[in-house]
Amino acid sequence: MSRIPSRRTLLAGASATAAATLLGACDRLGNVEWFRRTLKTGEDANMFVQRLLLTERSLAPEYTAADISPWFKPNGTEDPPDKAYKALARRKFADYHLEIGGLVEAPFSLSLAELRALPSRTQITRHDCVEGWSCIGQWTGVPLANLLTRARLKPAARYIVFHCADTMEQASPLEGGDDPETTEPEAAPTGANPNMTRRPAGAEDRRDSGKGEDTASGDDGTAPIRFYESIDLVDAFHPQTILAYALNGETLPIANGAPLRLRLERNLGYKQAKYVMRIEVVASFADIGQGKGGYWEDQGYAWYAGI
Amino acid sequence: MFRHPLVIRVTHWVNAVCLLVLLMSGLQIFNAHPALYWGNVSTFDTPLLAMTSTEDDPPKGVTTILGRRFETTGLLGLSTGPNGAPADRAFPPWATLPGDQDLTGGRSWHFFFAWAFVLNGLAYLLYGLFSGQLRGRVIPARDQIRHFGASVREHLTLRFPHGEEAKRYNVIQKLTYALVLFVLLPVQVLAGLAMSPAMNAAFPFLLTLFDGRQSARTVHFAVAGLLVLFVLVHVALVVLSGFWNNMRGMVTGWFVIERDITPASPAREPEA
Repeated sequence: MSRIPSRRTLLAGASATAAATLLGACDRLGNVEWFRRTLKTGEDANMFVQRLLLTERSLAPEYTAADISPWFKPNGTEDPPDKAYKALARRKFADYHLEIGGLVEAPFSLSLAELRALPSRTQITRHDCVEGWSCIGQWTGVPLANLLTRARLKPAARYIVFHCADTMEQASPLEGGDDPETTEPEAAPTGANPNMTRRPAGAEDRRDSGKGEDTASGDDGTAPIRFYESIDLVDAFHPQTILAYALNGETLPIANGAPLRLRLERNLGYKQAKYVMRIEVVASFADIGQGKGGYWEDQGYAWYAGI
Repeated sequence: MFRHPLVIRVTHWVNAVCLLVLLMSGLQIFNAHPALYWGNVSTFDTPLLAMTSTEDDPPKGVTTILGRRFETTGLLGLSTGPNGAPADRAFPPWATLPGDQDLTGGRSWHFFFAWAFVLNGLAYLLYGLFSGQLRGRVIPARDQIRHFGASVREHLTLRFPHGEEAKRYNVIQKLTYALVLFVLLPVQVLAGLAMSPAMNAAFPFLLTLFDGRQSARTVHFAVAGLLVLFVLVHVALVVLSGFWNNMRGMVTGWFVIERDITPASPAREPEA
């Protein structure tokens, strides 16, 4: 028995060293392409299994008016800096038009008033952020399925891409082809407390930090990267998938995505595009953005966000 | 004696790696919003638990539990990063995977190892059930239940059984393993699933079970804490009850039983 303490000390020291080495090794492994792809198979499995479990009629839980959160936390972009958007906002989006095009037989565009005149769906649902928090709100909007049916998808149509008004960052021609992983949003902790302020941690810092009024000018040889997101037809035709123009019975506030935002109730918040300007129906999203299917996906987040 | 069959040994070590990665990547995910609530939604002003840093100069790390504030500078809320600069985060870099603030990286690790954990656990349970191993490992024998009090005393005084008695797990050991295997780990998996909006649509009862998504997140965090406690006690007892013998048992399967050559207690002497 008397030898055990010394062994224990030895072991403790050895395991501390081993732990530190292992940690460093894990971090390095996480940056190796094949290993990163292997890890991502866990998220592929999530999608595979959840799609098996969900039918098109599986609805996200809906709540009562009493459950509505007193404050619906906005996240991501809260006030798009873009000149064109600001001009629209100044006139209360009277000049706004939603365009629907791409692989459709009958492309069309609708003003906000026209959208509001269409049959609508109102639902009280829970919004889950990838960071971990949740809010409940009441959304009113046009079912996406109705718009897609009206536009009549071509046989090659597979994904619905939402092009949004808000600039997320400037792509420098020098950095344009960079692997998104080298520009991880989390790599830039600017001292902001991640608690309750920002979405995919720290990512917004880049966007908000001194970009000035108009990020869309491109005067300095950079092109703005505006938010985009894509969903497949399974989610697009789900009855709870709507383009919402009202939150809790009021006009959708700018912070929550005015004039029009996507609600995709069986997914995390980062899929639910705000400030939607144009809907493009495509066969593949490989040529859009950096090819991963959305702004956050290009930053490393999974395309499927059901968990 | 040959104590641990190959399947048990392999699943044990795979499980150990899974739990460690799940814990550290879980803390990484927690750091993205280091606050816990009860119910379906986040009541941002009144979290059950929150880890923040203050605006003071120099800033302090503060952990708030049920409205009571504790200064936890250096560990929770504010700690020192690898480069020596203060890191403004809930759990410190050495406790999270990846070390840097990286939610998407943490999620990738967490989901991959969650699948590994579940598949490995199922393999263990199926093997354990069909081989009869599980029964002997977690269900106390009648005489063990009768001598429950004595077993507690032995534990508290760190006297470990020898001879015949060392061939089987003691009653507290069995009950603890049963609690971990059939309560904590399943609850942990279900609470994890209850946080998924897609799983909520497929199985709404998950939300009922945990009284809401934010409570499921709180339970997931609390059970992770209990599992850490279990592992700490487990490792401490492994070390105290003969580290090398225990390690040999779980690596090669062979475990040395010290024979009771001398009578175990003077009370038995007259009979001998």
